[in-house]
Order: sequence, then structure tokens, then C-alpha cells
Amino acid sequence: MSEATTEPILVMEGVAKYFGAVVALESGSIVLYPGEAHALLGENGAGKSTLVKIIAGVYQADRGMFTYEGQVRTFHGPHDSQEAGIAVIYQEPTLFDDLNVSENIFLGRQPLSVGRRINRREMRRQTREIFQQLGVDIDPNRKAKGLSVADQQMVEIAKALSKDARVVVMDEPTAALSPEEVKRLFEVVVNLRKRGVAILFISHRLEEVFELCQRVTIMRDGSFVRTDLVTDITIDQVVRSMVGRDLSTLFPKTEIKAGEEVLKVERLTREGTFYDISFTVKSGEIVALSGLVGSGRTEIARAIFGIDRYDAGAVYVNGAKLKGSSPLRAMHAGIGFVPEDRRQQGLVMDYGIDHNVALASLNRLSRGLLLFRSSEQTLAKDWALKLQLKYGKLSDEANTLSGGNQQKVVLAKWLSCSPSLIIVDEPTRGIDVGTKSEVHRIIDSLAASGVAVLMISSELPEVLGMADRVLVMREGRLTATIDRADANETSVMMAATGQVR
Amino acid sequence: MAIDNATVVLERGKSHRVAETLSRARELAIVLVILVIFFGTGIKTSGFANLTSIQQILTNASLFVLLAIGETMVIVTRNVDLSVGSTLGISAFLVGDYYTHNPHPSVVLAFVIGIGVGAVCGSVIGFIVTVAKVPSLVVSLAGLYIIRGILNIIGLGIQIEPSVIPQGFQKIGYETWAGIPWIFIVPAVVALVAGFAMRSFRSMREFYAIGSNPVAAQLAGVPVARRVFTAFLISGSLAGLGGVLFVSEFATVNATAGTGYELLVVASCVIGGVAIFGGSGTVIGAALGAILLQLINQALVVTNVSPFWDPALAGALILVTISFDRLLSNRAALALRLKDSAASVK
Repeated sequence: MSEATTEPILVMEGVAKYFGAVVALESGSIVLYPGEAHALLGENGAGKSTLVKIIAGVYQADRGMFTYEGQVRTFHGPHDSQEAGIAVIYQEPTLFDDLNVSENIFLGRQPLSVGRRINRREMRRQTREIFQQLGVDIDPNRKAKGLSVADQQMVEIAKALSKDARVVVMDEPTAALSPEEVKRLFEVVVNLRKRGVAILFISHRLEEVFELCQRVTIMRDGSFVRTDLVTDITIDQVVRSMVGRDLSTLFPKTEIKAGEEVLKVERLTREGTFYDISFTVKSGEIVALSGLVGSGRTEIARAIFGIDRYDAGAVYVNGAKLKGSSPLRAMHAGIGFVPEDRRQQGLVMDYGIDHNVALASLNRLSRGLLLFRSSEQTLAKDWALKLQLKYGKLSDEANTLSGGNQQKVVLAKWLSCSPSLIIVDEPTRGIDVGTKSEVHRIIDSLAASGVAVLMISSELPEVLGMADRVLVMREGRLTATIDRADANETSVMMAATGQVR
Repeated sequence: MAIDNATVVLERGKSHRVAETLSRARELAIVLVILVIFFGTGIKTSGFANLTSIQQILTNASLFVLLAIGETMVIVTRNVDLSVGSTLGISAFLVGDYYTHNPHPSVVLAFVIGIGVGAVCGSVIGFIVTVAKVPSLVVSLAGLYIIRGILNIIGLGIQIEPSVIPQGFQKIGYETWAGIPWIFIVPAVVALVAGFAMRSFRSMREFYAIGSNPVAAQLAGVPVARRVFTAFLISGSLAGLGGVLFVSEFATVNATAGTGYELLVVASCVIGGVAIFGGSGTVIGAALGAILLQLINQALVVTNVSPFWDPALAGALILVTISFDRLLSNRAALALRLKDSAASVK
């Protein structure tokens, strides 16, 4: 193909990034050619996002070579990288709620008229033009606040297009898009390629990658594994290179017989968020709640745990109806909740391990009006041993721990309350592969000991490897319930994107 | 079911549009409240609704309007500047001191001194906030006390008398042009210029971006530190200019000048629709908020209500406006949620 004749536009070789003792990127390498769509694959925590942030100028590499357009470069900030013609679409939308859509797209590059004044009419016109090209219908004058996740993603894409970039990095751009929108995005990518733009495409949906990209680069544990033409590699080989071992060894699944029904959710509805959700979780069972980001999974968990209100329906725990909107009542009923964002919601980051573990058991631990640190310590030590927590002192602050060990602390907090149901939301997000399987093992042994587990996860291998049943959501509705035997990437993705029936 | 949803969405959609227009027309709403209070008081107290009262209110409001302009810029970037009262005080004192020691003073130099002193105060605070990354609430609170402390030391026992302030300069404080007090024209012009700039210049739009989402602003290549520093520099400079106007208005200065102004200024901004956590609000709104507060103060005086009610009313006004905002934005959020879900169902 043309790659052989043209010069690469961007080359990274052996690039490393450390944060203190934590290795975010060990040895990242990638070569991008103009006019190609290049997939970057790897599990969460493989170092893709760090690599992207070095390209974007957010981080500076500690080691390794980075050349752009044939010159060795270091981008000292996002501004440098943008000036050089690189546009990045981040995984998490980075919009300004208070500004309108067109200004979000053109911030810092607004079209000007006489006297360097912003020309709003021109800005709107150009916005409409890009939206037309993308086939989306968003009012350029509307504030970004309240845009749906998909629309936010489209605005991000419009932002990248408006920059006339020579390299466009897309970090999971399709995670929240409907099949129709994905199709249009792909057309846009093809057009960009024709104009000689290099596209770095990160996605967990391998079918998409094989449809859209010419080459793939695979990373694992912060290091480069291989780069291949998509025609020279199979999905199977890709998965094995990403994971580095077979799936079966990664997910230890104990077969146990499900017991009594612990959680029963009946026609639960929260207007505008989710509708008519009914399902049950039995003791000893792991039920996964799957679906695209923004399909309402986390919101259901929040409603069950009493954080958000629901408008209709009911939740039963161990046969008794649970009155809503009170996490405390939910805790007393025997529910534990490990939230998605452990830094913000799961832990008190500047508390010690002992305080964090004891946080949900304070009533039980205190004697009269007093709470003795020794009883917190005993409890924490007990669980630290059981969960093989790696730590220095029990009084170490939670923010000194690695992501995986932090998650263990959150788990310990809830396990020490001996819950009958535990809800885990993205239990292994941002956790290195080694600790990941430890977390999986903990969840599995929990279920084996008779706890009912409701697991929300965006990682399909995790869902397929762990769950006894998979509930699939799409746009606030339950679209499918798939038993372990029938669950595979295709059946779950089909239901999640609405291609079922 | 689908039909139910659709009608709900229709109704909510209407209220949502109303809500949006209302929140956009925040300035109009305040103007309306100002008119109601002004003429309401006029009906109750004959002889209130006239030009002299208006001139009085505008004169009283002028310093607060000026400070509220700078404060708006700072708050929009998700910061706050509590040092403006002290900065105004030290600027006023040094301008007065300049007049005391110079038999042939220059008015231009007086302005340069005042604005310069303010610029120094603002840039020191802005520097600490952006470089040392200390929260601005803390830095400017420290600034409030440190600047006031310095002023207490240099101004110990000194009272600058009207006799040393030139008549020509004092005229700024009481003369009018086309019925408008000169002392109000200065902040009015600054407000118009600043309002225009914050709508129309890229760098000023970035103030809103920073306050709306600091992380995203960084990722978008916005020079966050430089912009926040600029906001503090402008706020300090305007407080310095306020010090100059203070001297012309009162013609007498001591170490207590400007004490307590900062919270009235923040209150003006909040009443005027500047979101306290940044990202939205206009200079004109904040200026109108300052005028409204002075009007209430004046109305209490003429209706013989104890002026001690003034702070309580200001507080109530803040609560009412914020609750109203909250209500509107909650309704708007719900309406959007329903609209989006209706769109996706279709």
C-alpha cells in the first residue's frame, strides 16, 4: 500500500511515563502514516490513554523517542500539540456546560470579524456545515449543558473536524453512539483518510476496528506488543495478544447452585433515565448489567441503593420491600455498593486504610459514644489479610495505594458489613491486569459464599467471564437477558446496540 | 404510554423554553425589580421618584458597580476576590496622601497612582493563586487582612481632610453630565467596555470556559493560569480605580476606607446572576445587582424603615434569586432529560 512510499507523520518508540513509582507507560511505540486509520488496542490499564496524552501534550514522556513530521518534538502542553495539527477526542467528553455548542467547537479559534471581535454568525454557519457533514441535528446555539452522551460525543468529533488536523486521535469515540451514528462517523473517517489525515482509533469493539482500520497496534501492561495489517491478523490473535493468556485462566469461575432470591426489582422507572426494569438476583449468583455507556446501568444501581429517587416500581431485598431514597436503609437491608468512581465516591482519599474500611461499620464498632481506633485497626487488619492488600501501615492514606489496592479497600469496607447483596460498578476500571484478576477472584469467592452480586461492567470479557446471567440495557430499557451459555460478544453487543429482533 | 410521554414532553418543553428565556433575561428581570421598587417607593413617599433620588442612588452605587465588574471576571473563572475592599482602601489612602504632600498635584497622576496600587495588589494575589495553586478564597482572604493591616500601620491616626483635595477633582464626585453623575459615568463606561469584551473577545470567552470546566479548558489548550491571573489583575486595578473615585466622592480618607465592601460586591454579583461556581454571568447583570442593593438601601431610608433591616433584606434577596435560579435550572434539566429520552424512543 501507500505506506511503503510515504513518510510516517508520527513515530513513537520506547516511550515511557512514570508517576512517582507507578509506571503508566513502560515502552510505547507506534508509527502513523498519512491517510491510514490505525487502531490502538489493549485492555484498560494497558497504557493507551497515557500514550494518547503524550501525543496530546498533556503529559511529557520521561524516556523514548517522539518524532512528528520528521522532527524530534516534545509538546509542552495541549496548545503545542494542537498548533502542530493534532486533534484529540477524549474518552470522557470535555465540553463546557455553560457555553453554547458552536463556541464549544471553536473555543480559542472562533472566527473573527473587524477589530478581532468574534463573528458569531460565521461561527454558527461553520458549525452547521460540520454538523451537516456528520449528519447530526444539534442546535449550534444551544448550551452544551444537558446534551445526551451521544450528542456530546458528536460535538467532540465536530470539534476535531473543525481543526483541519493532520492527525486525529479518537479514544473510544463509538462507546456511546448508536449504530446509525457509528456508520456516519465511519464515513467521516474514510473522508479524512482521503484527505491524507492519519487517524489513531481506540476501541474495544474489535469488529469495528477490523471494518475501519488498516493496521492495528496492540499494547499490554504498558508495553508495545505488535503492529500488523488487519489483513494479516485474526480477532482471536488480537485478543490473545491483548490479554497475554487465555480467557479461561483470567476468569476463575466457580460453578455453584443459585439459592434464594435476594434482590427483586420490579418495573423500576425513573423518568428520562430508565424505564420498566424488572429482574432478580439470587444468592450465589453473579448477574451482570451490560450495555453502552449512558444506557442507564449506573443509574439503576444508584436507584436501588437509594441514592437517586425512582418514579415508579419497587425494590425487594430478601422478600421485604425496600423503601427508596435512603442509602442508610439500603445498607441496613444488606446491600453494599462499590461505586464506579472510587476516588470520588468509594473512598475518603485522605483517610487511612483503617478508617476507610471501618466507615460503613461505625455503629457496630463503637462502644457507647466512643469509637476506638484499635477496633477499626483490628477490623482493617483482618480484611487486609483476607484480600491480600499491599500496604505499608494501616494508617496510610488511601491515595497512596494503587488503583487495585484502593478497590480492595472499598470491597473490604462493604464485606465487613456482611451484605447479602453487593453491587459493583465497573469493579476493575483503571486497575492493572494482575490485580484485576485478584478482584475477579474476590468477587467470585463472594458469590461462592452465597452473596448475591450485581455487576455493572463495560468490559465484555469481564462480563462474559464472570456472570451467570447478562442483562443488557439500551437507552434506559432492558433489551435482553442472556444466560451464561448463550452469552458471547456478538449476542451482547447486538442487544446493546439495538440490532436484536 | 408513548402518548403520555409525548404530552408530558410537550408541556415540559414549553416551560423549559420559558425557563431558558427567563434565565437569559436575567438583566431584564432585575431592571423590572428596580423599576417596581423605585416607583413603589415613589407612590408611598411623595418626592422620591425624581431625578435627584436617581442621581443619589447612582452615586452611591458607583463604587460597587466598579468593583462588581472585576469581581464578575474573577468569579466567572471559578475564583473569588475578597481583597477588593482593602485594595480600594489602600488606593484611596495613597491617593489622598499624594494630594497631602503635593501642593501642585496632577489629576492624571492621582489616577495612575490609584490604579497602579490596585494592579500591584491584584497581581500579587493572582500570582499566588495561579503559581502556588492556593485556592483564591484563602489567598484573597489573607490579602484582605494583610492589605488592611498595612493600611492601618501607614495610616495610623491620619485623617486626610477635604481641604487638601483640589476642588476640580472633588467635582467628579458631585457634578453631573446630562443629569448623570460623573462618578457613575466612569463605572458605566467600564461596564459597557467590559461587557462587550467578555462577549466578543476570544481571551475573555476563555474566562467562561475555565469556570465551566477547568480540566477541559486545560485540555483545550487554554492558558488557564494566565487568564486567571489577568482576571485578578483587572479586579485589583478596578479596585484601585475605585479608590481614586472614593477620594473624589468623600474627599476624606482614613484607614477604614472600603471596609466590608467585598461581601457587598460578591452579593451584587450573585444577585446579578453570576454563578458563584463560575462559568456564567454578565458584567451588566452584576452592575444592576449593585444598583438594586443601593436602591433598597435608599428606599428604606425614605420610607422610615429602620436601616438596620438593610442587611437582612440583602440576604433575603440573595436567597430568593438563588432559589429561583435553582428552581429554573432543575426544571430545565428535567425537561431536557425528558426531551432526550423522547427523542431516543422515537
